Amino acid sequence: MLSPTTMKVVRESGAVPQATWLMEIEGVSKAFPGVKALDNVSFQLKRGTVHALMGENGAGKSTLMKIIAGIYTPDSGTFRLRGQQIKLVSPLDALENGIAMIHQELNLMAPMTVAENIWIRREPMTKFGFVDHAKMRKLTADLFSELNIDLDPDVAVGTLSIANRQMVEIAKAVSYESDVLIMDEPTSALTDKEVAHLFAIIKTLRAKGKGIVYITHKMNELFEIADEVSVFRDGRYIGTREASTVTREEIIRMMVGREITQMFPKDIVPIGDVIMSVQELTLKGVFANVSFDLHKGEILGVAGLVGSGRSNVAETLFGVTPATSGTISIAGQKVAMTSPQVALAQGMGFLTEDRKETGCFLILDVQQNMQVAVLGGEFVQNGFVRQSALTRVCEAMRDALRVKTPDMHERVENLSGGNQQKVLIGRWLLTKPRILILDEPTRGIDVGAKSEIHRMISQLAGQGVGIIMISSEMPEILGMSDRILVMHEGRATGILSRDEADQVKIMELASH
Amino acid sequence: MTIETKSSSAPVAKARSRRLPPEFNILVVLIGMALMFELLGWVFEGQSFLFNILRLRIMILQVSVIGIIAIGVTQVIITSGIDLSSGSIVGASAMVAASLAQSSDYTHAIYPGLTNLPAIVPILVGIVVGGLGGFINGGLIAWTGIPPFIATLGTYVSIRGFAKWYTHGNPVSFLTPQFNVIGSGIVPVFIFLICAAIFHVVLGYTRYGKFTYAIGANRQAARVSGINVQRHLIYVYVIAGLLSGLAGIVTAARAQSGQSGMGVGYELQAIAAAVIGGTSLTGGVGRIWGTVFGTLILGVVTSGFTFLNINDYLQEMVLGGIIVGAVIVDQYRQARRAKA
Repeated sequence: MLSPTTMKVVRESGAVPQATWLMEIEGVSKAFPGVKALDNVSFQLKRGTVHALMGENGAGKSTLMKIIAGIYTPDSGTFRLRGQQIKLVSPLDALENGIAMIHQELNLMAPMTVAENIWIRREPMTKFGFVDHAKMRKLTADLFSELNIDLDPDVAVGTLSIANRQMVEIAKAVSYESDVLIMDEPTSALTDKEVAHLFAIIKTLRAKGKGIVYITHKMNELFEIADEVSVFRDGRYIGTREASTVTREEIIRMMVGREITQMFPKDIVPIGDVIMSVQELTLKGVFANVSFDLHKGEILGVAGLVGSGRSNVAETLFGVTPATSGTISIAGQKVAMTSPQVALAQGMGFLTEDRKETGCFLILDVQQNMQVAVLGGEFVQNGFVRQSALTRVCEAMRDALRVKTPDMHERVENLSGGNQQKVLIGRWLLTKPRILILDEPTRGIDVGAKSEIHRMISQLAGQGVGIIMISSEMPEILGMSDRILVMHEGRATGILSRDEADQVKIMELASH
Repeated sequence: MTIETKSSSAPVAKARSRRLPPEFNILVVLIGMALMFELLGWVFEGQSFLFNILRLRIMILQVSVIGIIAIGVTQVIITSGIDLSSGSIVGASAMVAASLAQSSDYTHAIYPGLTNLPAIVPILVGIVVGGLGGFINGGLIAWTGIPPFIATLGTYVSIRGFAKWYTHGNPVSFLTPQFNVIGSGIVPVFIFLICAAIFHVVLGYTRYGKFTYAIGANRQAARVSGINVQRHLIYVYVIAGLLSGLAGIVTAARAQSGQSGMGVGYELQAIAAAVIGGTSLTGGVGRIWGTVFGTLILGVVTSGFTFLNINDYLQEMVLGGIIVGAVIVDQYRQARRAKA
């Protein structure tokens, strides 16, 4: 076995053996206390291919990726890179062996410039031992032109959009002359246009002979960009298929081990009276003159590109950022929505877009996360929390939502994304809301959990709850909504009924 | 969490025994340190360290005031804040309380018309002074959004200034025996333990407690969950101030006088007690019993070193190491727990 440093020497000498496989993993297992994350998994990556990894959350994709990227050390199994068996001990080790990971949570230093971020630890130096900024800028510009990225190397990363930050991460990975690039759901926060740009870059990289491991939950991406797809389930490797021949149904079957007959089970329920009426709602500089009515039992979908102001409207409706003008009426009464407390008192709930930033209390347990929004109500007497009663309803909610957790005292950060989302939905269901705002309720969630959450939303509508559902996924919007409000650049460009809405009409409204 | 517990027939019972309260580790450290001094005592001094009622009494008395402050500071740190002003509040509260607790035997009382007041007056006024200091801290942090470190650094300086200005630096003596009672004997220890018990319950079982943890764990999520974060932060700092005020009264009563320099450096000792006790400076984590044990560890170490006739300066050097060591160990434990 060659040590990583030896590998590095071999690599730098140019004497890399031209192995058939860029990367081969055989019989890798990894256990964490209480869970076998990977069980005897194999995986092979060819040069110049995009290899998609699919599977429900908790299937083991992320663990496998972290092993490839040197973050975890496997308990057993072999790992060959370009035909040489190696053992990675750290992410740095992986980088020096030509393996770069682009994380779902981007790891960039926001106050520093684009160029500084890319060349950190490898800054070009002048002969006096100072950082050579001119050269660093030039190197960055060259890198960007090679990848067809249009960014100023001198701006602070913190000022860039998520999509542009991702471009910086990719450029950084390429700058290491990595042969293996790992992308973990890179499109989850991108608009269609940005996705197209990303795919163009991926194709460039593929043409250069790089191997790209691409984790995704989106089926259409698979057919658009991937050459091969490997499916995982419950920590086990299920199989690999050619993307050009496999069908959508086959992949779903491999992922869930069962057929999902109906992806978007929207029941037809009677639509009631207007529960919320919004007139000319404006947040200066962000969005203007948004008006709509929401009825009892209605699911109002909100479509639009990321950055169109969708999430800002949601925040304003819930009082997180109070409106500068316009009115919100609930059940016929005008309400000054000045804070989330007011919204809560009006029977509103708000599932935020960013689970980790504004949703979960990651270091607190499931119980604490679920109960936090009902601590104002019936479960508190003279300031004391009636914990046993509250625990009972939370446990009932956990069972109803089928949250997979060892117990209520598990830290939420140890749960999978789908289960975290269920905990947050549970939080709002406990408040028995009249109006529920859901911002990207199924982002980054596996197929099984997704359809469970859709069923839940549909059931709630059936009980007369008015639901505002923001989503970037067109099938979700089209499948679930009774009406669809489309936004573009801070304006509501139209409202479509379920019958008249289709992908083309929505895209037209969303892009001009 | 192990695979075995999952398949076990009595998962609930297992789950309980598996999760020892986090402060158990700190208790082990406390006992370990006490035993270490016991052993060293027999080796070097030829006598017992622990089986000496007088020494134990002095040991706990010495740290009771720090402990009272640390209970408030723990809550502040759980919200991911910090309070540097507690030592200064001790000084201010001691001065104001003492000035209203003077006996008529003394002819140069600060307020000649207000001597021989019932002890409850200076006690309440002293606590209120602390509460006001805390309100200034909380208000600055909640309404202007400046970092707690800066806000309380400012009040640390200003409130100490107030304590000195109040009598232009002169000590306030000849206090009523009634007032001095709260600092006599082991009364301070009782006050410390009662406060600890109260806030253990408050943090664990009230809405106030749940909100405190939630804000520290994720302020943005707390806000979106309908918690009035600003108002709650003010509550937390006011409570910390009230406890510092109480500590100031106890300090004055123990010394039977009020001095503007009282409580210098207490804020850092209180923070140390909380941190040794497992409270995380990043917020969301911490328990009162941990802080109580942390306080006692400070007491055992100080008292043990004195017992072994170790040089004062050397004591300070080692104490610093213990504070840093405690955080290193705790961080390691946290990392392990997060992975599990």
